[in-house]
Amino acid sequence: MKDMQDIRIPRAINWNRLQDDKDLEVWNRLTVNFWLPEKVPLSNDIPSWATLSAEEQQLTIRVFTGLTLLDTIQNTVGAPSLMPDAVTPHEEAVLTNIAFMEAVHARSYSSIFSTLCSTKEVDEAFRWSEENPHLQAKAKAILETYAPGNDPLKRKIASVFLESFLFYSGFYLPMYWSSRAKLTNTADLIRLIIRDEAVHGYYIGYKFQRGKERLPEGEQQALKDYAFSLLFELYGIECQYTEELYDGIGLSEEVKTFLHYNANKALQNLGFEALFPPEVSEVNPAILAALSPDSENHDFFSGSGSSYVIGKAVATEDEDWDF
Amino acid sequence: MPEGSQPRVPDIVFYSSRSENTLRFVGGLGLPAARIPISPKDAMPAIARPYVLICPTYADGMGQGAVPKQVIRFLNAPTRRARIVGVIASGNRNFGATYALAGRIIATKCNVPLLYRFELAGTPTDIARTRAGLETLGRELCSTEI
Ligand SMILES: Cc1cc2nc3c(=O)[nH]c(=O)nc-3n(C[C@H](O)[C@H](O)[C@H](O)COP(=O)(O)O)c2cc1C
Ligand SMILES: [Fe+2]
Ligand SMILES: [Fe+2]
Repeated sequence: MKDMQDIRIPRAINWNRLQDDKDLEVWNRLTVNFWLPEKVPLSNDIPSWATLSAEEQQLTIRVFTGLTLLDTIQNTVGAPSLMPDAVTPHEEAVLTNIAFMEAVHARSYSSIFSTLCSTKEVDEAFRWSEENPHLQAKAKAILETYAPGNDPLKRKIASVFLESFLFYSGFYLPMYWSSRAKLTNTADLIRLIIRDEAVHGYYIGYKFQRGKERLPEGEQQALKDYAFSLLFELYGIECQYTEELYDGIGLSEEVKTFLHYNANKALQNLGFEALFPPEVSEVNPAILAALSPDSENHDFFSGSGSSYVIGKAVATEDEDWDF
Repeated sequence: MPEGSQPRVPDIVFYSSRSENTLRFVGGLGLPAARIPISPKDAMPAIARPYVLICPTYADGMGQGAVPKQVIRFLNAPTRRARIVGVIASGNRNFGATYALAGRIIATKCNVPLLYRFELAGTPTDIARTRAGLETLGRELCSTEI
């Protein structure tokens, strides 16, 4: 029985005693978000797939194998590597949910493949992804940061960059097809992944900020420098990856704008200011609309010459004004 | 309004959780603003003038609960609700159909316009548009004497 003393027994998790309310808030959001690829009628995209040229089909499959690699990394290395760094037991539980959903994401690209493509095309694309130097370079840059013994806060920086930035050279394409009314069911599935990643990036960025604020000023500055230099490194790789994929259909510049926009959002998730100025990060409105369909709204400040009209506020006296 | 005085922009009331994106956006505006507290134990800001509410979205997957509980508590008081003149909502487009949903809900409930939407802590463009919009709104409110 003497071995027992070396084993760390975790304390049973009590969800009624929270150290950080965000843990429960995010847990709740993640659990209601749960989905499986079988819920999306991908086979409705078969006629649409047939309208793509051979080059466009190959590009699409390659983009999805690249995304598969990133989700595989998050599932098997990224999210698990964050678990020992968790500050609360609830954070650890949230990370197990995140890790599992990464497996669902990685699995769902294969559902798209088996619905739309031939085995041979898919095998070729997986081979391409294993040999593509840019894809391998970004995987390597992230994995180095995830390595055991590395700074827990640097790991969080890398994780936020992977989930809020590196995915977007790939996510662009299904949003682009969707804006042209192509592969719309595939786009629905990708939007479920994008929504999950929004919560992951938010939460890990939030935990990064909580950890950082406890450090002395000098260490905080060093982390910020690290974040910006890692982003520059990744950005360089992303630009090459983007050109290799999208030059053929003439979309590289538009994809880069999308990269700038997402890099800025990744930095904001970490609590930092944006890097790329508005001139180079204003995304094509059709792509923005594809990200958030059915949410479009005419608002007063961006409208031209619309005049302010206020209704009479309803004078309800209800104690409990229900939303 | 006395002759010659500057038309004032409406007051700003905002909510921001501990991730503080909305706080950063409001900081960028550089205008006086009152924060709705995160804790229900703390006092709500006192409302003396017409104000614009800036509010992030925290929906579940079905769009339920988009308006943060503390904002609902704030608006539940008829005296505070009576002075809202518009809402600016934030969120993240990556949430899809529920992007900035809190804005649409509050606008409908309070019968005021949805003035603007922005993501996370906003961009310099968002801040410039919001400042300009608030000034225009200040002028229109003076002329309609709310
Ligand atoms: C649990 C959770 C749910 C969210 N739901 C939505 C949503 O439905 N729509 C949206 O546009 N943004 C959503 N967001 C994003 C937040 O509105 C966004 O991050 C905002 O900047 C938070 O503001 P704050 O940091 O000032 O609290 C959600 C964030 C979290 C953590
Ligand atoms: Fe993922
Ligand atoms: Fe993720």
